Amino acid sequence: MAIEAKQVSQEALRVVFGETLCELAEQYPDILVLDGDLGNSTRADIFAECRPDKFLQMGIAEQNMMGTAAGLATLGFIPFISTFAAFAVKRAADQVRVVIAQPSLNVKITGGYSGLLTGKTGKTHQSVEDIAVMRAMPHMTVVVPADGPELRQVLRAACEHVGPMYIRLTRDPSPVIFDESYNFVLGKAVVLREGTDVAIISTGVQTTRALDAADMLQLEGISVYLLHVPTIKPLDEEAIVEAAVRTGRVVTAEDHSIIGGLGGAVAETLSERHPTLIKRVGWQDTFGESGPDDALLEKYGLTPRHVAHAARELLKR
Amino acid sequence: MDAKDTIAAERPRKIEQPDPDELAGLAAQVRADCVSAVHHAQGGHLGGPLSCADILVALYFRVLDIRPDEPDWPERDRFIMSKGHSSIALYSTLAARGYFPRQELLTFDAIDSPLQGHPDMTRLPGLDMSTGSLGQGLSPGLGMALGAKLLGQDWHTWVLIGDGECQEGQIWEATFVAARYKLDNLTAILDFNRLQQYGWRGETIKHRTPPWDPDPSVMEAKWRAFGWHTIQIDGHNIPQIIDACDQAQAHKEQPTIIIASTVKGKGVSFMSGAFEWHAKVPTPEELEQALVELGQSENRIDNGH
Repeated sequence: MAIEAKQVSQEALRVVFGETLCELAEQYPDILVLDGDLGNSTRADIFAECRPDKFLQMGIAEQNMMGTAAGLATLGFIPFISTFAAFAVKRAADQVRVVIAQPSLNVKITGGYSGLLTGKTGKTHQSVEDIAVMRAMPHMTVVVPADGPELRQVLRAACEHVGPMYIRLTRDPSPVIFDESYNFVLGKAVVLREGTDVAIISTGVQTTRALDAADMLQLEGISVYLLHVPTIKPLDEEAIVEAAVRTGRVVTAEDHSIIGGLGGAVAETLSERHPTLIKRVGWQDTFGESGPDDALLEKYGLTPRHVAHAARELLKR
Repeated sequence: MDAKDTIAAERPRKIEQPDPDELAGLAAQVRADCVSAVHHAQGGHLGGPLSCADILVALYFRVLDIRPDEPDWPERDRFIMSKGHSSIALYSTLAARGYFPRQELLTFDAIDSPLQGHPDMTRLPGLDMSTGSLGQGLSPGLGMALGAKLLGQDWHTWVLIGDGECQEGQIWEATFVAARYKLDNLTAILDFNRLQQYGWRGETIKHRTPPWDPDPSVMEAKWRAFGWHTIQIDGHNIPQIIDACDQAQAHKEQPTIIIASTVKGKGVSFMSGAFEWHAKVPTPEELEQALVELGQSENRIDNGH
């Protein structure tokens, strides 16, 4: 059965991130937070206030920050890197690869301000390809939580899991869709709606928009199967194949490039295991720009209406 | 293993009173093993390994607090070979120090060997970090030194860097942050050989001009400006290397850089100062000449096997 998802309030993932690490530091004393001088944006500053003894300012030097975290991890610390996704993933990609991923060191890389909604910063700060890069890296676990309650469990799972992990975060408040009964399991996708006409497979905060799209489609009499995929790697292939088997048509939805992200992963999986018609909703191989959130979602095609439209298009084929 | 290996393996943790002749002999063996292993593998680097052999022997036989029979001893000194392409010099030194049989040097670069072309900490006990992408080794060293402070432990972290990789911006990121945290438990040793893989053309295609002002004082000024304590030495003078390391450990409130002036390809006449030998495989004749020049014709890796 689908978990009953409900939209009652909003939470910013970045705030949940700072607050949750404070709580986890009590249970996991090896936690350290390394900041690339963006603490009051990523809200690592919440942690800096509550645990100054475990907060390390690393300055505007992401490459060195990755290496420093690797060195700390060899001593048994659990370093959480905190910076923007754009800089964590691309500015320091070779460092992540050489001293974190290859030796499988226990570093948790949190990429703040991912996707389109980055507070009017525009193309340099909007991370459109971070999932693709991290997913291609051997040994790397990639997690993209949808809301605050899920992120709280993801951060706890990050402390339990030994090995490198990338956690994709967002800036702005977004709907809370999971309640206390929700149980995040690393590597498992979650069926949010059962349906037979079309499957929407989504990740991250885009899942909250996919829920709205499903509601629109249901009103039109279209039966939607909604699968939320918080762990992009390792991918829950069985759940994706099941969604395709149940419906025969798949829409993917993510605040990321349609190349190499969730859409890419689903297309790879289904083309090998259960060839299915797919429509990928996400960034259409483009860079972004600055602007108000609503205008950006509209222009770059990430609104619930765009997701619903893709489903209708598939149903015509 | 031959007799010399047996002696090395049974050596106490440190040679408290270094016999310069004995250490120089070990350095000659390390250089010879580099040439032999690269010849055997038909691949690998030689210029850089030969320039840092004396530094590695001084570190592993006199400076580092380590236990070859317990490579993961938690309170050991850490060592990172940032110039990872010189891996064969580190492997030859580890073998001489008793980490593994010298014979294993003949697996260098082979499939499934722990002795990878560039160091892989997941494959060889005794390696404290994976390296090979230049400019990256100082930062994990910074992390280890910072971590030791957080843990209240007093072991020291040593990082060997090349002057070529100082062209990478990450080195200077690490330099700033290490000074900002006053990491006096971190020492970098700069193998200042003034040549790199291809470099800047000199008078003819056979010649190269140094990437930097060849005067080590100019390089020293850069590090001092970034807040580091600096020491200049001759990187082929083992007593000087040991003395500088002692000074570095005694210095407080700042990380230390030891700028060791070296000659790329040191010890083999036709490799010395020749950029072409950065990564080149010697012919059988060149191997024999190198072993003769190093005085190691009778002390080959595979003697007795």
